[in-house]
Amino acid sequence: MINSTFFINVLRFVLLILVQVLVFNRLNFFGFINPMVYVLFLYWYPIKKNRTTFILICFLLGLLIDVFSDTMALNAAATVTIAYLRPSIMRFVFGVNYEFQSFKLNSATKAQQFTFLALLIVVHHVIYFTLEIFSFANVLLIFKKSIAIGTASIILCLLFSSLFSTRKE
Amino acid sequence: MQQIINFLIRYKIFLLYLLLLFISLVFTFQSHSYHQSRFLNSANYVSGTIYAFFDNTTSYFGLREENERLLRENQRLRYQLYNKKPEAIQPLDSLERNYLVVRGRVIKNSYADQRNYITINKGRKDSVEQDMGVITTRGILGIVENTSNGFSTVQSILNEKSNINAKIKNSNHFGSLIWDSKDYNTVQLIDIPRLVQLTIGDTIVTGAMSSIFPENIPIGIIKKFDLDTSKNFYRIDVSLFNDMTNINNVYIIKNLNREEILELQEETESNDQ
Repeated sequence: MINSTFFINVLRFVLLILVQVLVFNRLNFFGFINPMVYVLFLYWYPIKKNRTTFILICFLLGLLIDVFSDTMALNAAATVTIAYLRPSIMRFVFGVNYEFQSFKLNSATKAQQFTFLALLIVVHHVIYFTLEIFSFANVLLIFKKSIAIGTASIILCLLFSSLFSTRKE
Repeated sequence: MQQIINFLIRYKIFLLYLLLLFISLVFTFQSHSYHQSRFLNSANYVSGTIYAFFDNTTSYFGLREENERLLRENQRLRYQLYNKKPEAIQPLDSLERNYLVVRGRVIKNSYADQRNYITINKGRKDSVEQDMGVITTRGILGIVENTSNGFSTVQSILNEKSNINAKIKNSNHFGSLIWDSKDYNTVQLIDIPRLVQLTIGDTIVTGAMSSIFPENIPIGIIKKFDLDTSKNFYRIDVSLFNDMTNINNVYIIKNLNREEILELQEETESNDQ
């Protein structure tokens, strides 16, 4: 059981990086929209795992995306932040429920799942574009990019998560 | 002591987060001001190989168009060669060369970010080094920033940090070419004095001040011009000859005199002080 979840997570890690850098980084929809679908890794990652390893894995994930797309360490900074904030976001979205042993992402309502995913993506994108543009003169550009690319990321992540949803028990 | 250890254990996740965030911010802000990080770039073996493999399979789609483009360039060069006056042809003496040219292929291109980098499939073993110029058949593309054995990253002209010497072809007035990160078809030429006569449609080429590019490499044409805030200089929007979204084959240019030029400049500067 432990081996199979471990294997699935490794596979997800590699596939999400490849899909991100080879497909979505080249999309350039309207000239600037490159959705970031690798955030799904944090959405799918098991809830009950060790937090230290989780943060380290997410840092590595962001860093690898950075290496591929020449974005310094922007993805690493944004990803490690949402990895750290994930338990707080979950508590906010699912209430105290999520601390029970029996809690599964699938057992939450659709609205809760959507809010969880959307919050992860919004926080990630705001941090990413603030650091990328990094000037108060361009606050509007930060908003424009976060909103446009964030919306695209949410839509694509929803499609992906419904496409590869784990079977309900 | 006990309390310190307790504190560390209690906040270990928060401390780990701060450490990782700090590392990534250091990497980020270092390259904000100076060069791209030496470690975090796509000119390494793994990403280079993956991109090259992907490029191998997708490069077939634009083949006809790319052939046409290269043929047109050959046509132009042959026309120049055959119409040259005989005495103008120099003997091919290796001591009289000024530039070396290496050919390469783009395996990763980006133009949607603030700081765009392009990865090409030539590296140190093809004698590509930092600060060599990269051009295409249509015009200027960027400057080599990092190299590994088989790959290099190129700082595109679509990069906030890019700053290249350029001039107006007819009048030889020169300025700096920068990018305001708004539109991937337009770059800006600044520091052209107010007294210069400008016309929309004038050609912009690389200037002679650069020790990276040869003179007169095409860049683009004037799309729009305006005085900047100081009212003494023009700020010119230049629409690029290159279609930055579709780049395949590139030439990497090495200026063999660059080291000598830099040495001289340094010497002059130290003499001044």
